[in-house]
This record gives sequence, C-alpha cells and structure tokens, in this order.
Amino acid sequence: MAGAGDGDDEVQWCFSQVKGAFDDDIAEADIISTVEFSHSGELLATGDKGGRVVIFQQDPESKSQPLCRGQYNVYSTFQSHEPEFDYLKSLEIEEKINKIRWLPQKNAAQFLLSTNDKTIKLWKISERDKRPEGYNLKEDDGRYRDPSSVTALRVPVFQPMDLMVEASPRRVFANAHTYHINSISVNSDNETYLSADDLRINLWHLEITDRSFNIVDIKPANMEELTEVITAAEFHPHQCNTFVYSSSKGTIRLCDMRASALCDQHSKLFEEQEDPSRRSFFSEIISSISDVKFSHSGRYMMTRDYLSVKIWDLNMESRPVETYQVHEYLRSKLCSLYENDCILMRCVHEYLRSKLCSLYENDCIFDKFECCWSGDDSVVMTGSYNNFFRMFERGGRQDVTLEASREVSQPLMVLKPRRVCAGGKRRKDEVGVDSLDFSRKILHTTWHPHDNIIAVATTNNLYIFQDKC
Amino acid sequence: MFSKGTKRKFPDGGEELPEEGLPSSNEELASASYSLQRQSLLDMSLIKLQLCHMLVEPNLCRSVLIANTVRQIQEEMTHDGSWQTAAMIEAIAAAGSGCSGAGAPPERLVATEVLCRPGREMTGGSDAEPKLFSVMGYDGCREEEVVAVEEDSICSEAASNVCLSGSMGHCWERGVLRGERELDSRLGAPDEDVDVEEEDEEEEDNDLEGCRDEGEAKATRQVFGTFEIKNSHPGPESALEELFSDVDPSYYDLDTVLTGMQAAPKIGPYDLLDSLSQSHSPSSLGSAANCRSDLNELDHIMEIIVGS
Repeated sequence: MAGAGDGDDEVQWCFSQVKGAFDDDIAEADIISTVEFSHSGELLATGDKGGRVVIFQQDPESKSQPLCRGQYNVYSTFQSHEPEFDYLKSLEIEEKINKIRWLPQKNAAQFLLSTNDKTIKLWKISERDKRPEGYNLKEDDGRYRDPSSVTALRVPVFQPMDLMVEASPRRVFANAHTYHINSISVNSDNETYLSADDLRINLWHLEITDRSFNIVDIKPANMEELTEVITAAEFHPHQCNTFVYSSSKGTIRLCDMRASALCDQHSKLFEEQEDPSRRSFFSEIISSISDVKFSHSGRYMMTRDYLSVKIWDLNMESRPVETYQVHEYLRSKLCSLYENDCILMRCVHEYLRSKLCSLYENDCIFDKFECCWSGDDSVVMTGSYNNFFRMFERGGRQDVTLEASREVSQPLMVLKPRRVCAGGKRRKDEVGVDSLDFSRKILHTTWHPHDNIIAVATTNNLYIFQDKC
Repeated sequence: MFSKGTKRKFPDGGEELPEEGLPSSNEELASASYSLQRQSLLDMSLIKLQLCHMLVEPNLCRSVLIANTVRQIQEEMTHDGSWQTAAMIEAIAAAGSGCSGAGAPPERLVATEVLCRPGREMTGGSDAEPKLFSVMGYDGCREEEVVAVEEDSICSEAASNVCLSGSMGHCWERGVLRGERELDSRLGAPDEDVDVEEEDEEEEDNDLEGCRDEGEAKATRQVFGTFEIKNSHPGPESALEELFSDVDPSYYDLDTVLTGMQAAPKIGPYDLLDSLSQSHSPSSLGSAANCRSDLNELDHIMEIIVGS
C-alpha cells in the first residue's frame, strides 16, 4: 500500500541508490532538469540541461537482494534535443529538457514526450533481443552475396542477442510556440496532449505534427500591458475535456474544452484571497505558482508557490482545503532572496564574469519548485533548499523534512528527519536558517505510482529512496 | 529590511501606521527607513529589468514579476506623495555629492552605468566619473543602521543597502539625466501613472521625476517590447561596448576592497556569494595582466552572447 504507514507506523525512508558523480565541479550539462516515473513505475526517466534523457529500469524483485525492491539501473541514454539557433531572432534555443511525460504503455515499446523551450518530441523506446540470421542474399555482416554463388535457399531464423534498447524519435512537434514551453501533459484519451508556454496553450494530436490547436491565449494586444503569464498546465487524469493552468499571479483556471474552442474563459477560477496583514512588495512574486498537479483520483489538485503547497478541492474555488508551509522561515528573508543576484552582479563583475548569464538567473525567489503526490494521494512531497525535501501527510497529520546528502548514501541507511531553526536557540541537530545552502536546491521530485519509492534530483545527482521494508 | 511590522501598504494619504506607544521620532525614523528600503527595492528591480534586457533571452515570467513589483512600488509612492519628495531629497543629495554623469550617451543603460563605474575612492577622487555602486559604501554604511529596524542579519544588510541605494540613486539619476531628457522627447509620452509636473520650481526635480518615471516606463517597454521580435538595434550592443570601454586600470585596485569585503560578516543567503567568490582566490586578481586577460575573456563571452 503506497503512501504513509498504516496506523501508528511511521514510514521510515531509507537510502536506496544515487545516480551521477559526486564531483565538486558540476558540468552544467549534467544538471538534472526533470524527473518522471512511467505509469507502471518500472521506468524512471531524467532529463538534463545538456538535452539528454537517461532512463533507468527497475530490476525484477529478488529475495536475495538486501532491499525488498529492485534497483534502478540504466536502461537507455539518448540525446533528445540539440541546441538550435533561431536565425530570425538571433537567439540560441537551449537544449535543456524542461519536461518529460510518459505515455501509457500500449504494446511492448514505451513512449515518452520530451520537450525543450520550443520543440516537443515523441520518443519510442524499444527492446531488441533477437536478430535475424541466415539471409540468402546477404552475409551476416550485411555484405551482399553474389547471386550466382547462391545454390540453396534457407529460411532466416531469429537468433537471440544481447539486449539492445533503442530510442528513436517518432514525431517532432515544432514551431508552435513563440515563448518558452513550461509544461506538457498527456490527455487521458491517449490521443492528444497539451503544451503550454508563457502565454499560450496548444492542443496536439500525437499522430499529427504539422498542426496544433491553440486553446488558451493570454497574450495582450499590447505587450506592455502584460502582467501575468502561464506557469504550468495539466490535463485532468480522467476527464479528457478538462485541464487547468496556473499563473504568475497565483491563480489557477480550470477550463472545459467542450465549452468553446478557445478556452480563454475559464470554467472555474481558483484563487485564495491574500491576508492583507502579510502583504509586502514580494507578495506577488511568492504567490506565483511554479507547479500544479492533479491527484491520482482527480478530485484534488495541488499547487506549489514559493513558500507553500496548497491542496484544492476542485469543487471549491474560494480557497484551498489544505495549506502546508514548506519553508516559512524564508518569509523574513525575501528581500535578500530577491536581490542576491544583484549583489552578485556587482562583485561578480570582477570575479566570475564568465558566468554572467547563468548567475543572473540565480535569484532564489524565482526558483520553480515542483511537487508530487504519493500513489494513493495520502502524502505530498516537494523540495526546498540545502538539499532538503519535505513530505506532508494529508489531513495535516504529520510532516517531515529529509535531506538528500552524500553522508546518507549507504543502502538501508535511514534518513533522519532534519529541522531548521528559524530563530532563537538552535538545538544540536538543527540547521540555522542563515547556514542554509541556497545553491543546493531540490526542484524536481517524483513518486512511484504504486509504491513507496521516491526519486529526488539535486543539482546533478538523482537520489532514490524507499521506505524501510 | 522589510521586517514584518513595516510591510503594510500605506493607507490612504497616510504615513505608515506607527506602532503604539513609540515616541514620534521613532515613527519618523521608521517611516524614513521604510521609504529608503522601498527606494532600494525599486532601484534594484530596475537594474534587474535592464540587465534582463541586456541578456540573450530573458525569462518572461521573471521579467513580468519584476516589472509588476516596480509598478506596485511606483503606485504606492505616487499614492502617498513620496514620489516627488524622494526626487527632491535626491536632487539635493546629488547636488551635494558632486557626482556628475553629464555627457553620458542616451543609449547608455542605467544598469551598466551603475555597475561599471570605477570606484572614486580608488582613483583618489580626481575621477569625474560617478561613484561606484560599491563595496566601500556597503561596508561604510554599516554603522548607519536604522534603529527601528529589526535586528537580524538581513536587516543590517538591508540598512547597508539603504545607504547604497542612496548613493546609487542620485548617481544613477545624474548619469541618465541628460540622456533621459533626450530619450523623453524621442519616445513620446511618459507613463500615464505619473504626471510630470512642468511648473516645478527646480528644474532638477522636474528632470529627476520625469526621467525616473521615464526610466521605468522605458525599462518596462524595453523588456516587453522586445519579446516579440528581438531587434538588432544598436542600443544594447553599444551599451555593452561601453561596459568594457569604461573599465580602466584603476578598477584593478578594487582587489583590496573586495578582499576586505570577504572578511565582512557573512549573511546566510549570501553563502551563495561566498561559495562563488571563494572559488576564485584574490590572487587571481592581483596582477593587472590577469585582469586584462579576464577582460578579454569577458569581451569574448559577451560577443558570443550578443551574437555578433
């Protein structure tokens, strides 16, 4: 049974595996930008800044293994996207993989969608463990035989070979987005999917690459009037006509595609009125939603803004049913989290000029954290700084902070709950707010659909944890 | 710093709500501190917007959020009438400090002006260039911590920023004063939210108000206007070239200053800054030759970014 332990049993999370090198010098191309379990949980895909996709496959369970669940090992690696150059705008298009979404499995092959800022690709991952041998006109190495040397006919047979996993691009969905794609979501009809950029959402058919339908467009006629952008979008898990999209102003709009072709008019608007006593100049920035995810049941959805995770009942638009504070102690630090790149720019001009571009985008207050549901929707998880990640049991029962760190990288090592000291006397195990490492953040997390296995991405490492069995 | 008590928006026509039981001088102090902090945030946001515009392909979401922050501050400042007051204060301060940026070309971006001026202190004060938004100011201001502000590390850092913003603000205005006036006529009507009063006694106030407002409107226009089609107009590129032509050998004397800054008390979120700056030992900047090769490297990188 996935999710939190039953009754009095508290789930204890243990280290299972870590992928990626523990170098101090991290190559930018190795920075993990997305993580996603497949629908069965057997496969785990990661995308990185270098445009590569790495797929891990779970070994079948074996009683001889120390952990009661199979380990994840590399199954396939391929270059999904290459850097491109937009000649019209004189801009380079990054090859960084923004999102990966698996399609439900229909046959022996697996399919996934991967996207960078501009182009979505459908990849087929298939296994080959046999090859035909004994052709009449060709040698086994492929050379053609001289027809006159053929004296007898034989039937080619399949011979077993070492397993080979091939990834081939089956569709390329390009040229439909002016702005940067932030989300893709496969519809429950398994025929269509949506892709969302900052201002528009397009609907595609998986078979058709030269056409897409625009279903949401929030671009103002005059770009100077722009005050809100789309930050994430997702299809409902069961209702193929319903999708939601979140905005930088902290609102979520639910749209019904049956209502009209262009879903600029929402069916429902989810927005929580802000507490006027907490208002500051950063209120809008921290209310910007970085991720939205439906629960598996389809009854709830979860949103992640800078400081909190909110769970909404689709039947109630006025406020969330549950709110969990991820790192409330950062509320008093918002100014420095906003300006830390500004200060950097002054000094960096001397010290680190070669990193001008990447550092500028480093102001923490704009970090986009993702969130995810456990398989049974009873626990939600999201990342934080200092390589901490947080889990919240629904119903406000319990929450825990855990850390993905090198120190806990032996199999079966139990993760100890961490605590951040917001002020006052710091206890022995606690980490002070001012000692948090803001360069080590967990933005991407994913939970196995049926089991208590989680994958958590630090900058360039993928940690896999599971509950103690 | 925006401590909890001072985060409120100003109520209609009023001063900031004072805490009960405080003497009036503390009220004024808190109010002044809030205004300065707000000014600092405004300046910082404008720099971000302009830097954003300089870079290859800005993140739209981020730019929108920063621009909205700028608008909010501007609205609040207009609303409580401190818009003009701030301009006047800075005009007086600017007059006193002797900063001058007259003759700065119109295309010069505010951010480059601010970030790339060599330190006055380094050059012995004979330099006519405006004061650097500099580390010296950062350290020098620590004593001027405002009493009413909460005592935690971020607040003390913000108080320093307050001083910084003061120095940056007036130099910034000075620097773009003439340039913005020219731009003003070229770009047309200023942002409708703020009226540029033309019957102002002090011409400087008028200029400052107009150019600050114009600067923001321009920054916002620039940010979003170019999202459609990335123009290859000479503005950003020439500003970038200015960025590097400006740097003179006196810049290298910042070494000692920056080394000194590393010894200053560290603030939590600045661990990032520290870890980054520690990766480059001060000795790497010790020689002028290293700096020159760094500059060449930077030139090269900026060329790539600009796509020349």
